[in-house]
Amino acid sequence: MSEVLEQLSTYIREARGSLVSAAEIAYGELNLTTDRDNIVELLTFLRDDPQGGFVSFIDVSGVDWPQRPERFDVVYHLLSPKRNVRLRVKLSVAEDVSVPSVTGVYKGADWFEREIWDLYGVPFSGHPDMRRLVTDYGFEGHPLRKDFPVTGFVEVRYDDQLKRVVYEPVELRQEFRNFDFTSPWEGTDYVLPGDEKAQQ
Amino acid sequence: MTEHNVRNFTINFGPEHPSAHGVLRLVLELDGEIVERVDPHIGLLHRGTEKLMETKTYLQALPYLDRLDYVAPMNQEHAYCLAIEKLLGLQVPIRGQLIRVLYSEIGRILSHIMNVTTQAMDVGAMTPPVWGFEEREKLMIFYERACGARMHAAYFRPGGVHQDLPQQLVEDIGAWCDPFIKVLDDIEGLLTGNRIFKQRNVDIGVISLEEAWNWSMSGVMIRGSGAAWDLRKSQPYECYAELDFDIPIGKNGDCFDRYLVRMAEMRESVKIMKQCVARLLGDAKTGPISATDGKVVPPKRGEMKRSMEALIHHFKLYTEGFHVPAGEVYAAVEAPKGEFGVYLVADGSNKPYRCKLRAPGFAHLQAMDYLSTGHQLADVTAILGSLDIVFGEVDR
Repeated sequence: MSEVLEQLSTYIREARGSLVSAAEIAYGELNLTTDRDNIVELLTFLRDDPQGGFVSFIDVSGVDWPQRPERFDVVYHLLSPKRNVRLRVKLSVAEDVSVPSVTGVYKGADWFEREIWDLYGVPFSGHPDMRRLVTDYGFEGHPLRKDFPVTGFVEVRYDDQLKRVVYEPVELRQEFRNFDFTSPWEGTDYVLPGDEKAQQ
Repeated sequence: MTEHNVRNFTINFGPEHPSAHGVLRLVLELDGEIVERVDPHIGLLHRGTEKLMETKTYLQALPYLDRLDYVAPMNQEHAYCLAIEKLLGLQVPIRGQLIRVLYSEIGRILSHIMNVTTQAMDVGAMTPPVWGFEEREKLMIFYERACGARMHAAYFRPGGVHQDLPQQLVEDIGAWCDPFIKVLDDIEGLLTGNRIFKQRNVDIGVISLEEAWNWSMSGVMIRGSGAAWDLRKSQPYECYAELDFDIPIGKNGDCFDRYLVRMAEMRESVKIMKQCVARLLGDAKTGPISATDGKVVPPKRGEMKRSMEALIHHFKLYTEGFHVPAGEVYAAVEAPKGEFGVYLVADGSNKPYRCKLRAPGFAHLQAMDYLSTGHQLADVTAILGSLDIVFGEVDR
């Protein structure tokens, strides 16, 4: 399996080396890194090239790394049924910067991109219908960002007087409990005096 | 002929509609009775599963997977466990694998019965659901006897399964298989040759193979359009490679072919179940059901009474949980509805950093506009039925 991936990785770098900034194999999966200017061209190449044949679009998802300047990763998963190989393409993007939509290459990217816009706030330029997807009508914020609280900001209830559903700020009877169970005795980066003797 | 001022109708279908299969809202634009545009509004069952999973340890996050496609809960857990096992490098012993396969196939039958019979109900047949749900009930009892819950099992755990199956249960599952084939024959007798069922399904919602790949479809949607693509065969996980079964495919890519594929797949699942039962009563009658790595798999209760180490492991695993090495993996299983994938990003801690759930129903439902445009309004329910949508997984 990894030989096939090696070959594929070499082939892609030879054929379209300018589009791929890094390629590595980890856990038996091929990861390609690219950037937002090249993503559409790269995916078109992967889909149409007879050596690739990645006709099946599996997924695109976002990952938030708030400590990085380019805080979002947009991760595409492709599948080549012909060669029976999977592939992951990643690019990173800063907040409020748009990524070119790949709906022109894969129609199936439509809702996946809308979902990323909804949950992470990464806009996709050239998408035909960039509306929110899974959150409530009129929802504010992007819930899967790491700085969005799990409890959210508003709660809904049915008001019997007004005869409609009303939105109110979240009021918790009890503080949201997030226990930290990680052991304080593991993973220290210093060596206790005497520990070096135990190594032998 | 006088000129009429013709205008399109926009109607609202759902969110509370029996053939919406849950909480789907469709905004339909109609020209007479012909559908011009379909705009599905989803998210009415959105519970933020992915967000919640980020706040839980790996084991605590597992039961959320049951609540996605609640028609075949264990198949989802399977993908999640495979992802964790891939990161940890865990091996599942053969008995554990066989139990997993057995219950995955039970899940497949649960889902297909539900889909086929309710699709029949959507197009006007009342009897199939009654017959099919009787069998579903029996299967749910098998679920209950294995793990104590009829639906939300939390039975597949990283490393294997939670508890061993009693021998009587395996025998009962084996005894269920053959009578079920008879029920399938009966249901098929009601539907396959049925004139009304055919009129409502043949040549409805046709999708070519090329389009199906492009719309990121998988599972029955692909096989109904003619590709023999099944992850159990093409990228075998667990012990599927050792089992003998066939992949049924359709030819025309319409609703009727998808129905036929599902019916044939149930027969194949029964075939797999029989092989699993034979092996669980034969060469894999005894043996471990999960990996023996004490740092991941909790000890048995009996062990805890005697071993201090087991007690410590138990305490650590149910408070802190196990740590998963940093990295990212994508693990997919052939769920009844298509490819269910888990994209797991681990940062080395005891909680998933990001867990993207790739649900097949989500990808299928977005093609609703493509599939329904140009069809009659009444065909919308037939197409929706054949897509096999369950809102737990579409909305997550």
